[in-house]
Amino acid sequence: MKAKVIVMPKQSVLDPQGVAVRDAMHHHGLPQVKSVRIGKFMEIEVEGADEAKLHEICRDLLSNPVIEDYRLELQ
Amino acid sequence: MKAAVIRFPGSNCDQDCFIALSEVLGVETHYVWHKETSLDAFDLIVLPGGFSYGDYLRCGAIARFSPVMQSVVDAAKQGKAVLGICNGFQILCEAHLLPGTLVRNQSLHFICEHRRLRVENIDTPWTCATWTGTLLNIPIAHGEGCYVADDATLLELNAHRQILLRYTDENGAATAAANPNGSAQNIAGICNRARNVFGLMPHPERACDPRLGSTDGKVIFESILATLGARKAA
Amino acid sequence: MTNEPAITPDLIAKHGITPDEYERIKSILGREPNFTELGIFSVMWSEHCSYKNSKPELRKFPTDGPGVLVKAGEENAGVIDIGDGWAIAFKMESHNHPSAIEPFQGAATGVGGIIRDIFTMGARPVFSLNSLRFGEICGDSAGVKTNRRLFAGVVAGIAHYGNCIGIPTIGGEIYFDESYEGNPLVNVFCLGVLRHEQIARGAAKGIGNPVFYVGAETGRDGLAGAAFASRELTEESKQDRPAVQVGDPFKEKLLLEACLELLETGCVAGIQDMGAAGLTCSTCETASRGGTGVEIDLAKVPKRETSMTPYEIMLSESQERMLIIVKKGHEQTVRDIFEKWDLPYAEVGVVKDDGMMRVLDGGKVAAEIPASKLADDAPIYVRDAKPKSPAKPLQDWPEADSHSALLQLLLHPTIASKNWVYRQYDHMVRAGTCVLPGSDAAVFLVREANKILAATSDCNALYCALDPREGAKIAVAEAARNLACSGAVPLAVTDNLNFGNPHKPENFWQLRECVEGLAEGCRVFNTPVTGGNVSLYNENPGGAIDPTPTVGMVGLIENEKQITTQFFKDAGDAIILLGGFGSEMGATQYLKIVHGKKEGTPPRIDFDRERALHDSLRSLIRSGLVKSAHDCSEGGLAVALAECCISREKPIGAEIDFGATDLRLDQLLFNESQSRIVISVSKTNAAAAVALCEWRGIPARRIGTVGGRELQLRANGTSLLWPVDDLHRAWYSAIRNCMTE
Repeated sequence: MKAKVIVMPKQSVLDPQGVAVRDAMHHHGLPQVKSVRIGKFMEIEVEGADEAKLHEICRDLLSNPVIEDYRLELQ
Repeated sequence: MKAAVIRFPGSNCDQDCFIALSEVLGVETHYVWHKETSLDAFDLIVLPGGFSYGDYLRCGAIARFSPVMQSVVDAAKQGKAVLGICNGFQILCEAHLLPGTLVRNQSLHFICEHRRLRVENIDTPWTCATWTGTLLNIPIAHGEGCYVADDATLLELNAHRQILLRYTDENGAATAAANPNGSAQNIAGICNRARNVFGLMPHPERACDPRLGSTDGKVIFESILATLGARKAA
Repeated sequence: MTNEPAITPDLIAKHGITPDEYERIKSILGREPNFTELGIFSVMWSEHCSYKNSKPELRKFPTDGPGVLVKAGEENAGVIDIGDGWAIAFKMESHNHPSAIEPFQGAATGVGGIIRDIFTMGARPVFSLNSLRFGEICGDSAGVKTNRRLFAGVVAGIAHYGNCIGIPTIGGEIYFDESYEGNPLVNVFCLGVLRHEQIARGAAKGIGNPVFYVGAETGRDGLAGAAFASRELTEESKQDRPAVQVGDPFKEKLLLEACLELLETGCVAGIQDMGAAGLTCSTCETASRGGTGVEIDLAKVPKRETSMTPYEIMLSESQERMLIIVKKGHEQTVRDIFEKWDLPYAEVGVVKDDGMMRVLDGGKVAAEIPASKLADDAPIYVRDAKPKSPAKPLQDWPEADSHSALLQLLLHPTIASKNWVYRQYDHMVRAGTCVLPGSDAAVFLVREANKILAATSDCNALYCALDPREGAKIAVAEAARNLACSGAVPLAVTDNLNFGNPHKPENFWQLRECVEGLAEGCRVFNTPVTGGNVSLYNENPGGAIDPTPTVGMVGLIENEKQITTQFFKDAGDAIILLGGFGSEMGATQYLKIVHGKKEGTPPRIDFDRERALHDSLRSLIRSGLVKSAHDCSEGGLAVALAECCISREKPIGAEIDFGATDLRLDQLLFNESQSRIVISVSKTNAAAAVALCEWRGIPARRIGTVGGRELQLRANGTSLLWPVDDLHRAWYSAIRNCMTE
């Protein structure tokens, strides 16, 4: 089984990296960019783990729930 | 002779480089803001350390597109002396003025400490005032200083003697234990084929004042100034 | 106002406002406050902003002296003269509760906040220190693992912010003790330099002057963080955590450069950073200091998020923002500079003559409060104080094998080398660090002023837990001693008072005792308090933390020849102990670490003796005799001697002979009697050094010789021997080993 995990900064939390990249894109001739948010993408190969446990790991290890949200996709 | 210290937003070793060049070595030195577009007036161009654009995205990735960088590339192509220290080295790699790239230290930690560096080749404008095999005591301070390049590039760097500095232990042996960040072949600094562009992770500008414990960094600046001085005289 | 909640007793209580305080608000306004105003009062009258529980105590500190250019409390940070027209501004501040919730960002934004406090004064920040406290980090329990996570996160957060902005973190202190479990302390210190004429003021001067907002856009960050810092951390509060502030050191670097560039032009009438309570605090405090009013329109404030209410904008604690009052007619200068640095800015208001803080939202009044009453008329409480019963004097204690006890002490993270930490900090940027981290005090060359500064932070909280007054006195004495050992004369002090809930009488009593102890110490060493920070409500389910009144002290070294480090230099040098063998065993690290006991009466401090010791040491240093100097603190004489051997790049041995003493071996080696310093001098100068001290009434005794590969201690007919490489390895890697377990 393949699991894909996307970790993103929470909507209400400042993403300095995204802001800097947005500004760079403006300077680079794309002033239309309104916002950039930068997160992490992880591909996990796993055999026979239950989904609840995967969610637990996403919450406790792969993301920092204080400032990040995660999305888990199983294939 | 005139030296330029480029200031990117987020440069933070600009003042240290300025002082090393102007006060310690007595060179006429000017800051050049990253929005400037001409470097014609300068003989030596220094890209200082720091966190240009916060080093967000990738180290040096955004700075590489600053307006001044086109002039740096042009100057390098004309054979002018270009020195990149720490973040400056990362920017030179991003701008493809030097081969390879710098990634996160193997330990995943930022590391700040004095390190021994072995001079590998003195047949360059950056090291001509010292001897091959000399050990220099110069501090490092970086989180992403692990030099990476593919095998072909590493072969070429060796074949053309472009590796100028390696991390070693105090006996001059380039061991794995003496490698602070996991750099390929303990590489601390490299130059281009033409020898006029030099990038290094250690901070020679922090080793120019006896009150700070080491003056071993001076030899890098002395070498390039001697070379440029000789060129002017000729 | 649409959709604003009605003001109910429940809502008032949720804002931490008591019924009495609410009556006071009504009488100030002459009416009921609206929701935004209630929020404004709640943050301004929180302990964090108003010091309502500690102010009467803080007045006991000496704040004046010949070198004081700006006094504590007048501005964001005090300013002290260092000669030749140069001055320094420095301050320490806590970020304890945010770091408990999110260690990386909590610590990072703490560093950002204190740096803004310094450049708000017109000073260029040149170095930082930090004083950290965590629960124990060695072992396998869930609690210990949490402590490790907090410790690693805080260190990484400090490194992230400090390294990126390019201000070296050159020293500090770290203790590990169970009392900080779940409630770590993160106290950050920053120092800046400026010319006398560059001192900037946080006052809204000049009726009609425009008010600019500069820096990062406002988001819903850390809503009501100041109120959050002013109550206990419970499981519940960890759930209802505010949106955590995220620091952006890159933006702050730009803001720092832009503000200093703007101040240089002379067109700034007043400047204030937005820290706790953000826009609220900066508008009402500048108006109050200026004796004026300030009117701002929130519609003009740069925002990161949409549909923010006035309440949210006023209480947001978004980082990296400043409020600048500009001399009328110079608006274009501001625009030019902030555009050059690619920073947001907006003209948001104007200075008025009516003494009001008036907040408009698109022209409509959203809040209107007399500024000085809001800023300065917070209620003041004198809390009940109940003495804790004094610690029982130590009668007897078991004797451990002194040979393994020394190793055990050197392995404990409180005493072990902190290189795992400071290697992660860029401690050499700005090319001024003369003494690297790991000696008694950090020493920094301020190139622009050609001055050499020494700085240290100190507090033995175990002493304070067992005797708060004496412990606080010792914190000042130890700071001054550390400066003396580095060759410096103390100039001034900043403090960070970390205590438990002040509503508990024993906690309040500890606060009062500590303040009085600190005040007495500061008078003795002629070091006025230039400002600082109070952090109360440091509690966890296990109770209050050990009282921790951290002292940050700064001194001046006359010239580079007098810079002195703690480690032995050359084989053959004579080792001299100044101040005698001591004997006090209460509250020692030996008892705590080796015997698991936090008990006994802490050592006493005799200030006259302490001062005479420092004067003697400095005169020895001035005469060029001293090659190393190290004070005896945690772990006593044995640990001090071991550190002299192993805190250099390559360890060196020493042979020590104490002769016959009437002390038991463990008492001789590990007692923590105060006012003692180990120095080394060249063999030919040994007799002169001893004579000079004795002439000044300081007991001095040659106890041994530097050299060899072993540390050898002989006393009372027993001999102990440790290979220094073994000691070094244990001490140097102890924290790394804990962290990679």
